[in-house]
Amino acid sequence: MKPRPNLLAGFGSSVWLFVVGLPLYVMLIATFQSRADYAANGPLAFPEHFTLDNYVDDLDGGFAQYFLNTVVVTVAVVGIVVLLVPPLAYAIVRSDGKATGRVFRLFLLGLAIPSQAVIVPMFYLINEAGLYDNLLGVILPTAAFAMPVCALILTGVMRDITPELYEAMTVDGASPWTIFRRLVLPLSKSGLSTIVVFSSLQAWNGFLFPLVLTQSSENKVITMGLYDFQTEHGVDIPGLLAAVVLSMLPILLVYLFARRALVQGLMGVGGK
Amino acid sequence: MTTAAVPTADSTEKSVRRGRSSRPATGVGRPGFAWAAPAAVFFGLFALVPLVLVVVLSFTRWNGLGSPEFAGLDNWSRLLDDPVMVKSLWLSLLLTVLGVVVQTPISILLGVWAAGRQRNRAVLSAIYFVPLLLSITAVSVLWRAVLDPNFGVPSQAKWLFGDGNLFGTQTGALGVLVFVSTWQFTPLHTLIYQGAARAVPGVLYEAARIDGAGTVRQFFHITLPQLRNTVVTSMILMVVGGLTTFDTVLILTQGGPGTDTTNSAYYMYQKAFKSFDFGSASAIALLLVLVATLVSLVMVRLTGYDRMRSTMEGV
Repeated sequence: MKPRPNLLAGFGSSVWLFVVGLPLYVMLIATFQSRADYAANGPLAFPEHFTLDNYVDDLDGGFAQYFLNTVVVTVAVVGIVVLLVPPLAYAIVRSDGKATGRVFRLFLLGLAIPSQAVIVPMFYLINEAGLYDNLLGVILPTAAFAMPVCALILTGVMRDITPELYEAMTVDGASPWTIFRRLVLPLSKSGLSTIVVFSSLQAWNGFLFPLVLTQSSENKVITMGLYDFQTEHGVDIPGLLAAVVLSMLPILLVYLFARRALVQGLMGVGGK
Repeated sequence: MTTAAVPTADSTEKSVRRGRSSRPATGVGRPGFAWAAPAAVFFGLFALVPLVLVVVLSFTRWNGLGSPEFAGLDNWSRLLDDPVMVKSLWLSLLLTVLGVVVQTPISILLGVWAAGRQRNRAVLSAIYFVPLLLSITAVSVLWRAVLDPNFGVPSQAKWLFGDGNLFGTQTGALGVLVFVSTWQFTPLHTLIYQGAARAVPGVLYEAARIDGAGTVRQFFHITLPQLRNTVVTSMILMVVGGLTTFDTVLILTQGGPGTDTTNSAYYMYQKAFKSFDFGSASAIALLLVLVATLVSLVMVRLTGYDRMRSTMEGV
């Protein structure tokens, strides 16, 4: 390809870089200064006196607990997804029964169900099950709503395994379980890491289920902590923004290590 | 759950053989329904049962305590007479249309641009991606702080923002909502378009170049037509996302000023968890799902998307 400078595109993409970058810049520099400095200098000025107090105050003020709760929810959701979705995807791709086809269509329907649509009945069900204000009550629906995308991603990956490989193993007399363990799982590694990244992202960033299904501060997750902080001490902007930074740090770390898995997953969902 | 997720080879093979006795060769070594069952049951319990239940609840009166009572069409007829409800539906549609209109051109242009393979594009695309990683909560809180009338950027840029209180007027508040959604979700759509633009066969561009077509002509005559399917996919995602915008409204505007940004999703939340009128809330939720499904179906039909073979691959 002959590289030709496209000034218009270069200009447009720089504008967008500014739009994306400015609030992130404002956020970062705000967190490193005291409230008084921030109020005096305005959001665009570089901090004169560098401080980490905002972060320390947040962690003392409950965010350490919210962080821990979010880790629990995320690990549990990823666990459920990783346990249930690979066998599902394997059955969808390889089973010749009609029932699995129907199940797949239900999961595709699930892609279109917004969580608001079910929040009232979910509140009812979780109450009836005695799981209100319990992290398990957040974990179960969050895992269920992470499943459709993960199923879509993983079936895509498993479809790419050539039929000859399955047939060769079948001729050798391998059972579905052996094929799953020796062939499907090893060849789906990229897909598996994608669904891990995806489900953890969804669990970490979840808001509506925790909002409606938990109440007490010992069961708060980090997004709820942010929301409460904003409604209760909305004027402490440096403290609030430090909490935002804390909430996104783990995600950014994951992004640095698993960017490929994430991007491929998203392209696979909408692309072509 | 653990044991059910991994059925023994034995039981699976038996069930397959029973179902396919006329053609014994095909089913051997293939997983049976048992492999899909644990996920299907789990998903059914926590996603499909509630979806059915929301229909039932929309015909009941329930205040969150005790059990729901049957109320017939009461919730529905009250909603039709409720001016806030009607307004909220219009606001949902308005937010959705504005979202699609603003986000589509930006994401197509950025996506096509990012589909090139130079190094600086890869780096920039990685930066553009960051907003998508943040929770909607974090993004909304961040923008609320950045746009704060007293301590935020508007107080320093009065020439651009006037008196600085963007949240005080309907136009301003709606503008903020559309802008913040664009900020967060453009990366997703950019990525979708980027993937699609890379899949456009290079020979088409070579042929166009030989015919002397410039970058702009190539974009309109090759890239855009080739992206047709992707535009539909992306727009459907935007429509469903736009109609159900909730977290942003809750955090940025609380539906205000007055009820000027109270869209249906937010109104539903208020009905349920502020007024404890769970019956009406269910009716609104159902209405939203119906509208979203209807709009998606109409889009699929009108564009002939469902007749294109390539989109069915992998689904």
